[in-house]
Amino acid sequence: MISKELCSLSITSLREKIQNKEIKFIDVVNSVLNRIKSEEQKICGYITLFEEQAIKQAQNLDATIKDRENLHPLTGIPIAIKDNICVKDFLTTCGSKILHNFISPYDATAVARLKNAGVIIIGKTNMDEFGMGSSTETSYYGPVANPIDTVYVPGGSSGGSTAVIAYRGAIGALGTDTGGSVRLPAAFCGVVGLKPTYGRVSRYGLVAFASSLDCIGPIAKTVDDTAIILSTIAGQDEYDATSVNIPVNKLLCNPEAIKDYTIGIPKEYFAEGLDPKVAKVVERTIKELGKKCKAVKQISLPQTKYTIATYYLICTAEASSNLARYDGVKYGLRTTSQELINMYEKTREDGFGTEVKRRILLGTYGLSKGYYEEYYGTAQRVRTLIKQDFDEAFKTCNVILTPTAPTPPFKLGEKISDPLAMYLSDVFTTSPSLAGLPAISVPGIGKVNNFPVGIQIIGPAFAEECILNCASAIEKING
Amino acid sequence: MDKKYEVVIGVEIHAQLKTKSKMFCSCAVAFGATPNSNVCPICLGLPGTLPTVNDNAIELAIKAGLALNCQIAELSTFARKHYFYPDLPKGYQITQYKEPLATNGFIDLNGKTIEIRRLHIEEDSGKSIHSGSESLVDFNRCGVPLIEVVTEPNIRSPEQAVQYLQTLKQILNYLDVSDCDMEKGHFRCEPNISLRPIGQTKFGIRTELKNLNSLRNVREGLEFEIKRQTKILDEGGSIIQETLFWDEQTKTTGSMRGKEESEDYRYFPEPDLPVLVIKKEKIDTIKKMLPSLPLQRKIYLVEKLNLPQNIAEIIIETKEFADYFDATVKHCPNPKLVANWLTTEVRAILNEKAITIINFKLNPQQLADLLNMLNENKITGKVAKEIFTEMLTTENTAQEIASSKGLFLIQDDDVLIKAVAEILEKNQDVVTKYKEGKTTIVGYLVGLVTKKTEGKISPQKIMEEILKRLR
Repeated sequence: MISKELCSLSITSLREKIQNKEIKFIDVVNSVLNRIKSEEQKICGYITLFEEQAIKQAQNLDATIKDRENLHPLTGIPIAIKDNICVKDFLTTCGSKILHNFISPYDATAVARLKNAGVIIIGKTNMDEFGMGSSTETSYYGPVANPIDTVYVPGGSSGGSTAVIAYRGAIGALGTDTGGSVRLPAAFCGVVGLKPTYGRVSRYGLVAFASSLDCIGPIAKTVDDTAIILSTIAGQDEYDATSVNIPVNKLLCNPEAIKDYTIGIPKEYFAEGLDPKVAKVVERTIKELGKKCKAVKQISLPQTKYTIATYYLICTAEASSNLARYDGVKYGLRTTSQELINMYEKTREDGFGTEVKRRILLGTYGLSKGYYEEYYGTAQRVRTLIKQDFDEAFKTCNVILTPTAPTPPFKLGEKISDPLAMYLSDVFTTSPSLAGLPAISVPGIGKVNNFPVGIQIIGPAFAEECILNCASAIEKING
Repeated sequence: MDKKYEVVIGVEIHAQLKTKSKMFCSCAVAFGATPNSNVCPICLGLPGTLPTVNDNAIELAIKAGLALNCQIAELSTFARKHYFYPDLPKGYQITQYKEPLATNGFIDLNGKTIEIRRLHIEEDSGKSIHSGSESLVDFNRCGVPLIEVVTEPNIRSPEQAVQYLQTLKQILNYLDVSDCDMEKGHFRCEPNISLRPIGQTKFGIRTELKNLNSLRNVREGLEFEIKRQTKILDEGGSIIQETLFWDEQTKTTGSMRGKEESEDYRYFPEPDLPVLVIKKEKIDTIKKMLPSLPLQRKIYLVEKLNLPQNIAEIIIETKEFADYFDATVKHCPNPKLVANWLTTEVRAILNEKAITIINFKLNPQQLADLLNMLNENKITGKVAKEIFTEMLTTENTAQEIASSKGLFLIQDDDVLIKAVAEILEKNQDVVTKYKEGKTTIVGYLVGLVTKKTEGKISPQKIMEEILKRLR
C-alpha cells in the first residue's frame, strides 16, 4: 500500500517524523528510490537520476545532524528538478537533443536556495522540449505517461515533475510555467502546482523559453508543501534584474481565511470548448466553497478570447530569440560542416524537434521587419489590456476561480499532430501568465473518468498567500 | 576636390567605457589577457543566465551624453539585436534601440556645429581569430560596455570628420570615460559618406566604411570614397548603398555586403532587463561633477594665463598633459615659462621615448623646482637644460645637481664690478671703438667678462654693468 510508505507522506508529516527521530533521512530517500525503481520504466518521468549522490547526502545528514529541532523544513527532503533548471555539474538538457551533453557549471538561484536548505536533489525531470508543449510528448528523451492511467498524457510541459510527484517518486518538485506548464500537468496528474507572481522567484538558471513569462513554480502533493517550497525559493536575486524586492513571509496556508474572500468566477471561462464533465466538477467545487467564503460573484475578463493568440505571438517571438544561442559553437550538439552557415543549419536541423522549430519560425516571422508592429507590437498592446482586465476584476473580488484545463487528460498521441488543438489546452492558464499573476492548480471536488479535475485559483500580484488559502480550503473539503 | 559635388558625411563611433567590470556581469575588463580568461557563464551566454546592469557603465555613458550636450532620457530601454556569428554567444547583442540613453546633442568644432543624433549603451562582442583552416574565438571582450555615438550627416569633408573624431576622443579622454585607443580597438569608427550636386538638398546614396583603425585611415578612406563616388557619378552611374571595407595595404575600399543581403536584426525589447530609470537628481549630480572640458580649459589658458593659442592647444591635447601643466603652475608662478618648457623640452623627451606624460620621470613638483631656479635668475637657460637632462637619468634634485656642479650664478655684485673694470681696463681700444659709435661691439665685451667669470653671471647683468660704466 502506497499510503504506508514514506514516499507517500507530505513534507510536513515527514518533518514531524524526522524531528521525532522516528525515521532517518536515508529511509525517506530509499523509499523514494524504491518507488522510482518500480514505476519509472512505465512513466519516464526522469531524464537524470541522482541515486548515488542522494544516498550519500542522506547518510551524511544522518551522521552529522544532531539538532533535529531547528532544521529547515526541507532539510533531507528529496526534491526533483525540471530539466530546464540548472544544477551544477549535472546535465541540463531541457528535453532537447541540442543540449544532450550540456553540463551546467552553475546552480540556478532556486536550486542554490534549496541546497542551502539541505534539500536532497533526487533527479532531473523529463519535459516538453524547452517547455514547448502541453503534454510532455515533445521530449527528445521520450514521452511521459500519466501515472493515473499510462495511456494518457500527464499534461505539459512540466509533465515529468508532476508525474513523479503523482507516483511518489519525489516528495516535492520544481517545474516551470510559461503559459500553464506547472498548472496544466498538476491538474492532469492530480497534484498541486503553483505559478508564482512574475518576479517572485529568480529566473537565474532557468533556461529561457519566453523570458517575460517564464516562472519557476513548486509542485507537491499538498498545498502546504507547495507553500513551503515556494517560501524557500522566493525572494529577490541580484542575478535576476526582473526579480522583485518584496519580502517573502513564511507562507502558512489558512483555509479559514476564505471566510473574508469574495471569489470571482469569470463568465468567459465557462463557454464553448469547456468539457461539460469538467464544468460539473468546477461548479460543484464553487458550490462547496461558496458555503465557506464571503461571496461568490460572476465577473468578466473581456479579453479572454484573445489570450491564446496573444500568448503564442509573444512566447514564440521571445523563444526565437532565446534559442538563437544554440548554434553548435560553444556547447551542446554540433553537426560539423565545412561552411559556418551549414554548420549552424545542420546543427539546428538535427538538434531541435518539430514543435521547437515551428515556434522558432513563427517567432522569427513575428519579429521581422514589416511584421513586428502587426504581430509582436499588437500582442504587447493586447497584453496590457489583459492585465487591465484583471486589475478591474480584483477591485471586486479577492481571488478568481476557473478550471485549470478545458478538458480532462487526453491520450498520448491524440493531439501531437494537431498543434492548434494542443495550444487550446492552455486557454485558461495563459491569461494569468500574460498578466504576471500568481495562480495555483489544486484538485477540485469530484472526478472525471477516474481523473481529478484541476481548479485554478488566480490572485492579484504577490498575493500568493490568498491563492494558497483558497486552494487549501478546497483541499480540506476534499479531505 | 571636384567642386561639382558636396560631400556629406555622418559618423558612427563605438567607444569602450573605462569600467572595471563588464556591462552585464562582474568579469574584469582587461586588454591583452590570456584568451578566454575573463569569462563567466553570463558573458558566455550559457543557458539560463541573465544580464544585470553595471551602474558604473551607465554613469560613464551619462557623463559622455552630458558633455556632448545631449538630453539624457529618464526612461530608456534595452533591446536585442539578432545575428548569428561565433563571437556573439547569445545569438543577439544587448543594445538600445527605440529609446536610447541620450539624444539631440552637439559638438562645437571651432564654430562649426556637429549635431549628435543619439548616444546609447551596448555590449561588445568577442573576437574571432582565424589562423589557417582553424577559427578560434576569444570571449574576453564579450560583454565589455560600449557607447555608440551617432552624428547627423553634418560633416562636409574628410578633414572635418577627422577633426570631429579628435575632438570627441579628447572629450571622452577628459571625462575619463574611455581610453579611446584606436589601435587597441577602444575606439572604432564607421563613417558613412555620400555626394550630392552642389545646391541639391536631397541626400545622395551613401556607403559606409569599416576597418578604419586610425585617424589617418579615416581620412584616406573617405578621400578614396570621394574619388570613387565622383567617378561613378561623373560617368552617369549610380552609387550602390553598401558597407565597404578599407584595405590599408592597397588603400582602396572593397565591398562587404550589399543592401540586398542586408540583415534583419529583428530588434525587440530585452525582456530580461527592466526599463532603465535615471532620476533627474542623478543626472544633475553627474552634471555638477563633470570636469572642465578641453574647450573651457583652452579658454582659461589663453584668456587668464595669456598663453598663445597654439601653445594652449598643445597643452590641452590630453587631460593628463593639461593636468600636469596645472600641477606644475601651482608650484611655479610663471605659467609662460612652464608652458614653454612643457611644449618644447618635456614634449621632446616624451616623443623621443614614445611615452605619455603619465610615464614621465619627473613629477610636477620636481619640474617646478628646476623652473623656479630659472625664473629667479639663479641659473641660466642653458644650465637649466643641462640640469634637466641629468635629472632624467639620476635621482638627484635640481638643487643638488646645481650645487654639486657649481652651476649657480654668482649673485655677488662686487665680483661683477671688479671683472667689468678689469676687462674695460685691458681693452681700451674696444672701448674707444664703442664710443666712436660702434655700439654692437659691446657684445664682445660681454663675452670676455662671461669667460672671465666662467659663465656664472647672467649675461643680462654683465651687459647692464658694462653699459653703466661706458655711459
